[in-house]
Amino acid sequence: MSKRRKLTDLILKVLIWLFSLITVGFLAGMVIYIVSRGISGISWEFITGNYNLYKGETGILPMIVGTLLLIFTTIIIAVPVGVFAAIYLTEYAKQGLFVKIIRFGTESLAGIPSIIYGLFGYIFFKNTLNLGFSVMSGALTLSIMVLPIIVRTTEEALLSVDPGYREGSLALGATRLQTIFKVVLPSAMPGILTAVILSMGRVIGETAAVIYTVGSVARIPAFDKLLTSSVRTLSVHLYMVALEEADFVSAFATGTILMIIIAALNFAANRLTRRFINGRTKGLGPTI
Amino acid sequence: MNGCISGNKRKFTYEKAIELIFALSAFMMIISVAVICFYIFIEGVPPILKIGISNFLFGTRWAPTFKEPSYGILPMILASLFGMLGAIIVGVPIGIFTAIMLAEMAPKRIYGLLKAAIELLAGIPSVVYGFFGLTVIVPFIRTHFKSPTGTGLLAMIIILSVMVLPTIVNISETALRAVPKEYKEGSLALGASKMETVFKVMVPAAKSGILSSVVLGMGRAIGETMAVIMVCGNIPNMPKSLLDTVSPMTATIAKDMSYAGPFHQSVLFGIGVVLFVFIIFLNLILNFVVRKSLDRK
Repeated sequence: MSKRRKLTDLILKVLIWLFSLITVGFLAGMVIYIVSRGISGISWEFITGNYNLYKGETGILPMIVGTLLLIFTTIIIAVPVGVFAAIYLTEYAKQGLFVKIIRFGTESLAGIPSIIYGLFGYIFFKNTLNLGFSVMSGALTLSIMVLPIIVRTTEEALLSVDPGYREGSLALGATRLQTIFKVVLPSAMPGILTAVILSMGRVIGETAAVIYTVGSVARIPAFDKLLTSSVRTLSVHLYMVALEEADFVSAFATGTILMIIIAALNFAANRLTRRFINGRTKGLGPTI
Repeated sequence: MNGCISGNKRKFTYEKAIELIFALSAFMMIISVAVICFYIFIEGVPPILKIGISNFLFGTRWAPTFKEPSYGILPMILASLFGMLGAIIVGVPIGIFTAIMLAEMAPKRIYGLLKAAIELLAGIPSVVYGFFGLTVIVPFIRTHFKSPTGTGLLAMIIILSVMVLPTIVNISETALRAVPKEYKEGSLALGASKMETVFKVMVPAAKSGILSSVVLGMGRAIGETMAVIMVCGNIPNMPKSLLDTVSPMTATIAKDMSYAGPFHQSVLFGIGVVLFVFIIFLNLILNFVVRKSLDRK
């Protein structure tokens, strides 16, 4: 090779390493910075304490409860719809206009920014359906938002089920539906679980769509009003304490907790994905 | 079996009913898109017409709470566009080179590490990015550049450049991996070096995939709200320099919604309409120009 070609080669190689290093470096810097300042703020009282500024209480138990409520409700609504849609797309639908339109719908939903979801949830679920600022308004909004993730991931899982299983079951006289529920879905279970975990991550990380549907009341709701009260999720809490109250101790600690949760969810999703698609990983990446 | 035929018939209608439920679930996605569009437009278009389309889009003064209010959103549109362009200019080279690292160069251990990092970057909530920007990047800009607050376009671009990375890296990597092995082998056999093969054969072959990653990254950048709101300064100035405090469309909507009166609020939906139109436009580009050759088999 000529000298110039060798030099270009070297420069490109250095750039590839350098830019990859920047990517990892930024992440590492951000994680280290936030965790090192946040970890000391995390204590038993912080996690299990109540939040009341007048009494000087800065615990995040209400936010943990609120986040769990929102996750749970969203998953309950979104998973059946998403899984059924994926079953339809992989097991029943013939490639045609209808499927094309549905794919277009999935892609569009994945591309809509979260603030638009927030506006929509505010005007439709909160105002038009009169659900108010509540877990229900938020869960309905977020379940639309996570549908693309669930449909995509479940579809992948269904497609990776060995066709021999289906044929064997059908040959034994099982109907199509029996085959789906007793043979295909059980083997696609790790994939569906991955979809659930990825949706959880999305709900935990969401703020713009949550703040104008769920609201930001930092109280544990009464037991008979779990779905009709406004709660505050951890992400919304981080936003509020950082920007409105300038309480950076709580903000760093909450940010640390959020990062730990996301890392754990990513780890779990990766573990599961390896079981249904050999060797590939799936974290909270883009859904397209 | 007793009553075998009628039993089968019942089974058949039952199966049909369930199939219908499956189809309806799939149809839910179309309905959702339609309902979202409908409600955003029905709420957002009337105030735009009332203000006047050109006053709204090209007006440079945003003063919704004044006695004589003014609703020009050009500063926000420009802030959104500049933020997006900046993020693309910085993020695309970093993202594509990282994708090349993943697809072609990384040893197994580094691959695992880098991939995990990208996934974590994708999963970290945008408020955490915003908070990092607020506590690290903004003070850095305040002390090292001549900027009184440190907030503004530059801080916004830095944060957005990182936030578009996962989208660009993941989709570009997939595109690079989908290039037929023969291309690479042919090029290497003809005496091209590894880097020449990557940049002159593989990247051009994966062009459509890489382009779609860029377009999707643009969508992510223009739609990002919470990270931007914490670093942009939230003052809708016309962006003239990188250090100007700005307020892009998303940040204005999110910030103003908490206190807006009725008309001000519906104007915010009007901004939502403009944002939505941008997203639809990006989707169209994706579908008609870029996607054509990318269809997954």
